[in-house]
Amino acid sequence: MSKAVDVVVVDSGGANLASLGFALDRLGARSEVSSDPAHIASAPRVLLPGVGAAGSIMHRLEAQGLIDTLRNLQCPVLGICLGMQILCAHSAEDETRCLGIIPGDVKRFADKPGAPVPHMGWNRLRITREDPLLRGIGSSDWFYFVHSYHLQSGLAATLAETDYSVSFPAVVRQRNFCGVQFHPERSSTAGARLLANFLELT
Amino acid sequence: MLAKRIIPCLDVRDGQVVKGVRFRDHRIVGDILELAQRYRDEGADELVFYDITASPDGRSVDREWVRRVAQLLDIPFCVAGGIRSVAEGESVLNAGAEKISVNSPALENPSLIDALARRFGSQCIVVGIDSQTTPTGYRVHRYTGDPSRSGDSGRDTLAWVREAIDRGAGEIVLNCMSSDGVRRGYDLAQLAAVRDCCRVPLVASGGAGSVQHFVDVFVQARVDAALAASVFHSGEIVVRELKQTLIAAGVEIRP
Repeated sequence: MSKAVDVVVVDSGGANLASLGFALDRLGARSEVSSDPAHIASAPRVLLPGVGAAGSIMHRLEAQGLIDTLRNLQCPVLGICLGMQILCAHSAEDETRCLGIIPGDVKRFADKPGAPVPHMGWNRLRITREDPLLRGIGSSDWFYFVHSYHLQSGLAATLAETDYSVSFPAVVRQRNFCGVQFHPERSSTAGARLLANFLELT
Repeated sequence: MLAKRIIPCLDVRDGQVVKGVRFRDHRIVGDILELAQRYRDEGADELVFYDITASPDGRSVDREWVRRVAQLLDIPFCVAGGIRSVAEGESVLNAGAEKISVNSPALENPSLIDALARRFGSQCIVVGIDSQTTPTGYRVHRYTGDPSRSGDSGRDTLAWVREAIDRGAGEIVLNCMSSDGVRRGYDLAQLAAVRDCCRVPLVASGGAGSVQHFVDVFVQARVDAALAASVFHSGEIVVRELKQTLIAAGVEIRP
């Protein structure tokens, strides 16, 4: 690598790359956006953001030759929103085969009165397993969510769940692969705390 | 559970926050970054920046301020006004905005909603609707920012809400014109009617004058968020105090 960075952000084509970059800047982290497999494979940490649809992001990662690169990463990885969902085996969105790192599927919220879809706005966590990723974060902290699909409940990798029309995994971790359904870059001080915790993982 | 949202709306003209009847009598209220920071610190859940920079000849609007707001803010914000194409939407989202909102351009060309939703996902596409109460129902008005062009668009509000959602809108902002600027409260009857046919998040706009109006709109019209401008800019209502009252009234709110 040409210069030392704390984290490489995968250029997954989503529109939230700028806001994520600004959040990392505010934390004083050195970050780089990349779609180069060699660069990502040698990163100290990898952020996998995602906005849009599961089908299009998987196509893009495939075209960039990144599928195996991502699957084989040994460093701490954090998938955000759609970036978390594609860590799973399969998404009902476009009936997409995903990375298959976290066993489990992604489903759509059912349309229910009183629970509009997307699930959009601020919600809290029910922490089910302690982890360094959640250090200093509790059930009174609020995070910003915006999504129409969610991980199926009851996954072994779950660290925290959130309640909407159903309860769903909001934070997961399987070995070095972490994921959050909310947007830490838009979740005020609690989101900054989570990103800072991630940047301390090695 | 999901919290109800409080959304201050800031009118932006040439990079400054202004106040006044749209397109007339503008007074500069303050610097965009200072006000954004103030509302963020008071506990606003989200901000809307309504770009009213006059662009009658369709020239591209300078939106360098979007990038500066995104660098500063760690809460979501939406940019409304003047977005007529996928390319314009992309430039605003790439600068760091969370959502973009379209109103009159979507009435001219409804397939713009489909194109934006397909390209960026429904979650960041908001459709703003200016709706007027008439003896025969609710009617969508267009070009409401420009007195020389504004008028009935020929569309029924409830039908347009359904169409916008079917085309991919992820959120609806309903501005009730008969209550806008009057400060006698949100139009609860109209918002409740739209709520019943709106399966995406619904934001109430127009009419906020007191803290009780916010309680009423959440409890009676079951909206997901309430937007207001002048009561926040004037300091009459402080977001933090408003939220304490809403919590005491039993509304789910992020303090």
